[in-house]
Amino acid sequence: MSVGLEHYLVVSATLFCLGLFGVLSRRNLLVLYMGLELMLNAANLALVAFSRFNGNLDGQVIVFFVITVAAAEVAVGLALLVALYRKRRDPRVDELTLLKS
Amino acid sequence: MALDEILLWTLLFLPLLAAAIITLFTSRRRRLSAGISIAAVVLSFLLALVVFAGFQADQPREYALNWLSLGDFAVQFGIRLDSLSMLMLLVVTGVAAVIHVYSWGYLAGDPGFSRFFTGLSLFTFSMLGIVAANNFIQLFICWELVGCSSYLLIGFWYDRPAAADAGLKAFVTTRIGDFGFLLGILTVWAALGSLNFAALQERALAQPGLITTAAGLLIFCGAAGKSAQFPLHVWLPDAMEGPTPVSALIHAATMVAAGVYMLCRVLFLLNAPALQVIAWVGAFTALLTAIIATQQNDIKRILAYSTLSQLGYMVLAVGLGGATPAMFHLTTHAFFKALLFLGAGSVILALHHEQDIWKMGGLRQKLPVTFWTFLAGTLALAGVWPLSGFFSKDSILALAAERNHALLALALLTALLTSFYMFRLVLVVFFTNHRSAAAGRAVETPPVMVIPLRLLAIPTVAAGFLGIEYFVARQFEPQAAARLSAWGQLVFPFQHAPLAALSGLAAAGLGFLAAYQLYAGAKKEPLESRLGAFGRAVQNRFYFDELYAATVIRAHEFLARAADWMDRWLIAGLGVRGTHGTTELLGRALRLFQTGNVQTYAFLFALGLAVVLWLALR
Repeated sequence: MSVGLEHYLVVSATLFCLGLFGVLSRRNLLVLYMGLELMLNAANLALVAFSRFNGNLDGQVIVFFVITVAAAEVAVGLALLVALYRKRRDPRVDELTLLKS
Repeated sequence: MALDEILLWTLLFLPLLAAAIITLFTSRRRRLSAGISIAAVVLSFLLALVVFAGFQADQPREYALNWLSLGDFAVQFGIRLDSLSMLMLLVVTGVAAVIHVYSWGYLAGDPGFSRFFTGLSLFTFSMLGIVAANNFIQLFICWELVGCSSYLLIGFWYDRPAAADAGLKAFVTTRIGDFGFLLGILTVWAALGSLNFAALQERALAQPGLITTAAGLLIFCGAAGKSAQFPLHVWLPDAMEGPTPVSALIHAATMVAAGVYMLCRVLFLLNAPALQVIAWVGAFTALLTAIIATQQNDIKRILAYSTLSQLGYMVLAVGLGGATPAMFHLTTHAFFKALLFLGAGSVILALHHEQDIWKMGGLRQKLPVTFWTFLAGTLALAGVWPLSGFFSKDSILALAAERNHALLALALLTALLTSFYMFRLVLVVFFTNHRSAAAGRAVETPPVMVIPLRLLAIPTVAAGFLGIEYFVARQFEPQAAARLSAWGQLVFPFQHAPLAALSGLAAAGLGFLAAYQLYAGAKKEPLESRLGAFGRAVQNRFYFDELYAATVIRAHEFLARAADWMDRWLIAGLGVRGTHGTTELLGRALRLFQTGNVQTYAFLFALGLAVVLWLALR
């Protein structure tokens, strides 16, 4: 049995769904962030797989961009997270309902 | 601009100017306000006399400003000066001047003194506007202004519910007539294409037929409302809730005569069938209200029903095609009825606002000037030679004798009743002994009120042989008009139509005898027990108010309730509140999604995305 594009995509989709599930269900902001990274990397995996099977490098270029932007995003995100934690002494997201009122 | 024109415009606008000045600047200074108002109207009267001095009857003149232009339709504000309007200008300003002076005394000390004079001045302006009008639009506007000032003055003591209701009743009732009037004006405009009286007079002659009859009757609706003809007569007696000078000026001498004046002004528009209706309505009103007048106990109400009856006379004259007798009677009636009302006001004031004639009595010695002038007015109204009322009433009777004998019979019966109720009034109020303490202590009213009575007594006695009839006749019957000396005028009725003149005098005499038999020395109403059910019906004014309350007012209330239901439940309920309620409900439902929790949003976002993907990839 040869490993085809479908297998990569299935793995990528599974990872993405796991990441999404983490984002939606976990309460701790830090774990939520990890879910987010998982979703990004699932997308990266799919892009690399497409790049490999289409025989060009477009996908891989996008992946580099994604990694770069993700690094920046994580830096900003973690900074926010720390600031928020310092202010509220509570990492749980479901307490953050300031948007409602 | 000719001198004449300047004088006329000044005459017309002086009272309006006075009203404006009083309202805007001097309403706190009562004596100054009254002074301005009185000065304006007296000046108007003097100007009218100056215009009269240079007046030539065979040259009607017209001055007009273009007030509004819509395409080829122009509304003018103008003055038409002919015999008809000249006479009315003199009567209106003259009577108004006297009554303004009288009001100074009658309302002295009233908190609304300035407001009262504003109303009087506004009324005088509007009335002069009607008289001077050279077109239907101006006439109608001033017509409504007159109604408005009448409303304000009837309800002058607005803290009395009866007065406020009476003002409303007068306004609404006349408005019903005015609705017909407006339709009539529109009909005339549609049929003849102009609203200017001079232009209409040229075109109207070539327009017989149904549309002319309809227009004539609709216009008569307006006159019936303003001049209080049956079936719209109910407002005038109630209008007596206003101060007595108002009753004298507006509801006896001038405004109620506006309907008759207007009919004379547009006599050329009225064809035979319309005139027939007008004559019968007039005669019927005259008789009906004269009957009612015989059993009233309020001094002002008796005079009010008498006014209605005399207006019926004038309308009858118009219906018989006689503008000259109608205007003649209008003029003499203005003088003697104003005199009678002012006399009644003097009595009322002397008795501290007592109006029931059965609580008066024996006032002959206590109020001598009031008594003698009131007696002059009574004799004139009853039609006793040689007072003014005899001549004007006789000219109407002579016309009826010439044209329609059934109407003559009605008119003579009315004349008899007129004499009867007026002498009843005089006998009960001024003779025998006083029936209440207030009547025993009465003293003559101050000179400011007595002098107007004396002034009005002069034309009341003499207006019959001053050539007023000839003055008007030159406009309406230029061939037949003959100038007579004063003596010639005194005997003219007996030469011209002796039967009418003698039967008129006989009716007056019979009325006096009947009144003397019944009321000389009477302590209370002697007819009450003898007439039974008919008497009660008469005392209750034939239940017209009750009838209208049961029909017109109830129907109106039903309509109002239906409209209210529509508004409350269909428009406000379903329409406005329905829309607002649905929106709010949707908003509340949507708010449930806005939890403020990031994860919920993310979940909804993912769900949405999944749905879109499913739809796109299906």
